[in-house]
Amino acid sequence: MKCQFCEKPATFHITELTEPTGPQVMHLCEEHAKGFLHKGASSPMAAIATALAKQLEQSGDDLEELDQKECPVCGITFKEFRNSGRLGCPYDYTHFESDLRPLLVNVHDRTEHLGKSPHRSAGTADSLARMIKLRSEMDEAIKQEDYERASEIRDELKSMAAPMQPPHSDTDDQS
Amino acid sequence: MKRDADFQQLARYTGEWMRGEGPESDIVISTRVRLARNLADFPFIRRCSDDDRLSIERTVRARMETIADRLWESAQYVDLEPLSEIDRQLLVERQLISREIAESEGSRAVAFDASEGYSVMINEEDHLRIQVMRSGLDVENTWKQVNRIDDMLEEVMLYAFHPRYGYLTACPTNVGTGLRVSVMLHLPALVITEQMDRVFRSMQRINVTVRGLYGEGSQYTGDFYQVSNQVTLGYTEAELLDLVGKEVAPRIIEYERKAREALLKNNRDDLHDEVSRAMGILSTARKISSEETMHHLSKIRLGISMGLIEKPNVKIINQLFLQSQSAHLQKLQGRILGTAERHARRASFLQQHLSGKDDATWN
Repeated sequence: MKCQFCEKPATFHITELTEPTGPQVMHLCEEHAKGFLHKGASSPMAAIATALAKQLEQSGDDLEELDQKECPVCGITFKEFRNSGRLGCPYDYTHFESDLRPLLVNVHDRTEHLGKSPHRSAGTADSLARMIKLRSEMDEAIKQEDYERASEIRDELKSMAAPMQPPHSDTDDQS
Repeated sequence: MKRDADFQQLARYTGEWMRGEGPESDIVISTRVRLARNLADFPFIRRCSDDDRLSIERTVRARMETIADRLWESAQYVDLEPLSEIDRQLLVERQLISREIAESEGSRAVAFDASEGYSVMINEEDHLRIQVMRSGLDVENTWKQVNRIDDMLEEVMLYAFHPRYGYLTACPTNVGTGLRVSVMLHLPALVITEQMDRVFRSMQRINVTVRGLYGEGSQYTGDFYQVSNQVTLGYTEAELLDLVGKEVAPRIIEYERKAREALLKNNRDDLHDEVSRAMGILSTARKISSEETMHHLSKIRLGISMGLIEKPNVKIINQLFLQSQSAHLQKLQGRILGTAERHARRASFLQQHLSGKDDATWN
């Protein structure tokens, strides 16, 4: 059996008893087990490990399919996320939304942002994805010395930053 | 922003947040609030090419330049990539940068102000990590300052934000507010009376993390613990700040005070003996490790806070905590030292400052 975080063999099988939802089993290599035990069961990384372990148990056969799922913007696979605990781009929150939801519940207990909001945003998730693509196209155009194209993209990127109008934002700055 | 930091000069002083002042400063070393932010038009660090990282570093630096005079007084901007390992280590010891960013690769940088109260890391786990540190327990003012910096940065760059999930971060444990409020506590009495496990357990249920600091896992921890919020999504910033600053930290402070009172009442002589021995070792040893130094400095700090000894003051102890660490010692010495040399240098450094001879010349 492989470690949940890397390709090394899992030599530590840890059963976490403090989870309110019941015991969770985790399979880790020596290095990751050390990290996990070191940090104590209450660290955020441990919370991710626990949530992912739970997901593993529940999803069974579907896991292989989920692992192959790839973000069209940054190219990260769910497996890579599962191994590293780090996402590849902002659009992952949209592309892997249903897969991340249980994890967010496990870590935070809640799934709706309640805090402050910026006054401007890229708008929809699709325009966020488009911005990342445009930006890399712009860098490519500059490399190719196609400055006309680069400046067109720069203008388009600028025009995409819209004033925020989310449900939680304060409304004092909509100009 | 100035771009040439004098690290040798930096090593001579402590940041303002280490002055040992502010509310509850007999127990609380510092309050830190950090925000994780990412630019909307780049992948997260993990999927960034070298060019992307460079582009992020340049973009953020250029945008920060446009607001630098409003942002802070006399800021320094340090490009971490070309820095020597020891200079990076120095910044880690001063808590201006994280160990992670020090040890990672590629374009990355930090900007910080002269008092070292503010710092912005660029290309850490997230594109931006904005942090403010203050001495003592002062969650409200620390938040006000970090929020102000965040607002100003937001004027000149577009953050990755999702109406439902808030500020988007590379790790889902930071998503939402991107806020981590951490209070660093000195809890020697709870350690001596073997009550830390109970504290750890009681905190686990309430979305708060307690972690040991310095030499984690070793027997000499220096008795420092950091308490911070575990959750970041689904709560307002005010709720998270109150959770750590008004509920949890005050409760742990109260436990520690009770444990100190009990020690004074029941074990005053033993404690006084231990504190005096710690002073004795640090002011006479000829070679000493950093871990052992932490251990004894912790006892001395406790002795001062409890009125068992009068000299030195807490500010000096804080300064010794900082400057007896490896990179600082070497920077002060002006050259790279091997382990044995470091141990000897550390011992003579401590001796010099604890013998009470040079109080007047040392700030």
